[in-house]
Amino acid sequence: MLLLAAESEGGGLAFPSLDQLINWTPIIESIGFDKIALTHVLSVIIPAIVFFLAAQQKSLVPTGIRTVAESVVEFVEKQIVLPAIGPDGLPYLPLLLSFFLFVFFGNITEVIPFFQMPANARMGGPVVIALIAWAMFISVGVKHNGLSYFKDIAWPSSVPLALRPLVGAIELLSTFILRPFSHAVRLFANMLAGHILLVTFAVLSITVASGWMYVLEVFTFGGLIAFTAFEVFVSLIQAFVFTIIAAVYIGGALHPAH
Amino acid sequence: MSIAVLAAEALTGDEVKAAAAAEGAGFAYGLAAIGPGIGIGYLVGQAVQAMARQPESAGQVQTTMFLGVAFTEALALIGFVVFILLKFA
Repeated sequence: MLLLAAESEGGGLAFPSLDQLINWTPIIESIGFDKIALTHVLSVIIPAIVFFLAAQQKSLVPTGIRTVAESVVEFVEKQIVLPAIGPDGLPYLPLLLSFFLFVFFGNITEVIPFFQMPANARMGGPVVIALIAWAMFISVGVKHNGLSYFKDIAWPSSVPLALRPLVGAIELLSTFILRPFSHAVRLFANMLAGHILLVTFAVLSITVASGWMYVLEVFTFGGLIAFTAFEVFVSLIQAFVFTIIAAVYIGGALHPAH
Repeated sequence: MSIAVLAAEALTGDEVKAAAAAEGAGFAYGLAAIGPGIGIGYLVGQAVQAMARQPESAGQVQTTMFLGVAFTEALALIGFVVFILLKFA
């Protein structure tokens, strides 16, 4: 109803096409280096600098930037590695910490002014880190269980004999093909949905910015602010979820009994 | 003959295809949201109950809950991707 009213006022609702929402003109034309690539580079460089500076401190009591770095490490250790894998998952803490920070910085650019685009709303980034996690859990499984890792998945001994071929086929499909797919799509679709949500409210705010319809800004611009705050939360949750699922996969390969 | 059929005759093949894609896109996301909606509601409800009964295990329950929500949510998100593919691709 409101949109129809807006349309009859002559403003008109012009929703941009998906191409306009996620494709950016390259900053460096020759190699197609655009905002997405810049975000990916920054999400490697910024954590690296923070952790390098934190590691320079030699004092016993952490201060300043080292407090930040240590609390991030402790969060990943206490909330992700220990519950999902257990104490023998601690060797994988550096990998999972890198996942967490890379995904988080790729997400949080969604709400940072002048970026306004989550790098993970393009499939390229999530698919690469999901494939790294995939290669990691398979190699952990082979390293700790030998080739019987594949045999236990394809021919599960805890299942009645008649059902083993069926369960084995489903398990093979879900473990080696659907896992990396759903792992990447979960992050990608969440960030794309959030981006489209923010764009929708921004477009509505512009559409109603004329005449008496300024009253509606309470809902549209208020909604934009509320959803921006919500997207900060989603960025953190998605980084957490991506990392903990990678940890669960590694943990499952480490102790195939459960 | 109904007006809808008469109107359909006036459309070209591409327009019919686009209309069907738009309709399918709406159904894809709408239907994909039902199951995960029920699932996440049940999951979070049970998690809240567990935390109320045993507040000391709240941390463990919360981590497991987020994990379960993430797995359940994947189905709705695949529906969302199908929506995007039908609507824009």
